[in-house]
Amino acid sequence: MWRDALLVAGKDLRIEARSKVGLGQVVPFALVVVLLFGLALGPAAGRGSVLSLAAPGLYWVAVLLATVLAVQRSFAIEALDGASDGLKLSGLDPAGIFVGKAAAVCGQLLALEVVLAGAVALLYDRHLAGGLLLVASCLAATVGLVSVGTIYGVVSSGSRQRETLLPLLFFPMVAPILLAATKAWDAALAGTPGRGTGWLDVLAVFAVAYLAMGTVAFGPLLEDA
Amino acid sequence: MSLTTTPTGPGRPGSEVPPAQLTALDAARGSGVGSVPGREGARRRRSGHDVAITATGALALAGVVATVWLGLWVTPPDRFMGNLVRLLYIHPSIAWVMYICYGVAFLASLLYLWPRTRSLRFDKLAGASSEVGVVFTGLTLVTGSIWGRPTWGVWWTWDPLLTTTALLFVLYLGYLAVRRIPGEPEVCARRSAIAALVAFVDVPICYFSVLWWRSLHQAPTVADPITGKTYIHGSMAWTLLLSFVTFTLVYAWLVARRYRLFVLAEREGDEGLVLAIEERRAESLQGRS
Repeated sequence: MWRDALLVAGKDLRIEARSKVGLGQVVPFALVVVLLFGLALGPAAGRGSVLSLAAPGLYWVAVLLATVLAVQRSFAIEALDGASDGLKLSGLDPAGIFVGKAAAVCGQLLALEVVLAGAVALLYDRHLAGGLLLVASCLAATVGLVSVGTIYGVVSSGSRQRETLLPLLFFPMVAPILLAATKAWDAALAGTPGRGTGWLDVLAVFAVAYLAMGTVAFGPLLEDA
Repeated sequence: MSLTTTPTGPGRPGSEVPPAQLTALDAARGSGVGSVPGREGARRRRSGHDVAITATGALALAGVVATVWLGLWVTPPDRFMGNLVRLLYIHPSIAWVMYICYGVAFLASLLYLWPRTRSLRFDKLAGASSEVGVVFTGLTLVTGSIWGRPTWGVWWTWDPLLTTTALLFVLYLGYLAVRRIPGEPEVCARRSAIAALVAFVDVPICYFSVLWWRSLHQAPTVADPITGKTYIHGSMAWTLLLSFVTFTLVYAWLVARRYRLFVLAEREGDEGLVLAIEERRAESLQGRS
């Protein structure tokens, strides 16, 4: 399974390295969202401003929006040239395919989160404190996000309205992640990481639950897609 | 153009449809309509179901009338809430039905995924129950809001129960959208059942994270609507009890009707194909003669 996962993740990342859709479109999109929040809630900046106080929440909303695009891209590359049939016939372990596709999106999203964190710190004037909690919550939240995203990505890939279906399915599901990740970041940025560790647990539970569910459910879902 | 043409033999000379295709079409007709005795038996069984459904519907209607009468005229206004208390005769029972709906949909999905009990009947039950569930979730939110405005002064508050209910509403709207993805019945059923399980697991995580989210700020100042129960007795308690029974009956009736509609839609799909084939055949024969 792990070998299969590495193969699939390697394939997806190679496609990304050649097409640069994530770098050229998803990352700029997330930056646009950060700018839009600034326009909607600005122009006051600095300590105590709405933007600065809401920075953790706005950051995670931007990540959520970008996740949908990344997942859609991850399944769009399978829709071309009968690639999905190739994947089904490849004999790879479906659990491995799930982990591989999720890992590829996860890697791209983590890179995007680093860029976005810099943008938020800069534009919303918020000092990035509590590094360890920030990184840990990013990791746990992203694993949860891509697990749910990959499950629903394959569910909606059978539909002709997949562009509109995926966000409808995805956003309500990941509401707990938005909540917990925002709270964890809030605690870390406020310099009280003790308050955030509980939220980190929520993120970890969510990630483990949906990672496990995806490895079990992906096989039948892929067959049907 | 008549739909009741005599069946033509496969590969009859003069027909435009090639022989191989005709045999396939005949096979489709055979599986779609079934033999005549089988249909008669099914019709007899159905009429028994119909009586049960109609009886449930009649009881539900009588219950609704009685609940309205008791709730609006017989019971006294509450000492603290005044006439607002009358909303509490329906709001908890609607919410209760909502839980039944999602519970039944979850169990039916589980039974569908379990290989020994796999049957498309469970898929239809899950679909019917969750559709009714979304309607009752909407009603729960609306009646709750109407009650909340005069009582708490706001239409909406980020109480764990309210927030989870709102998320439940959108979660299951998504599930209904998944159910509408076209495909083979078995494929759709399996996909929907998995989606139902994935959504159901999210509900407790949502509830506890929202509960915790709130409790970090302040203890919920909002009392659970059901705690109003402690103040009520006599006719009020009976009205509330009756409304629980009534809305459960309404649920049973709606699900039975919706299930029936799924069956009929499926049969329409099957028989519509056969009718279309026969019509097409009659046209081609007329064109030749």
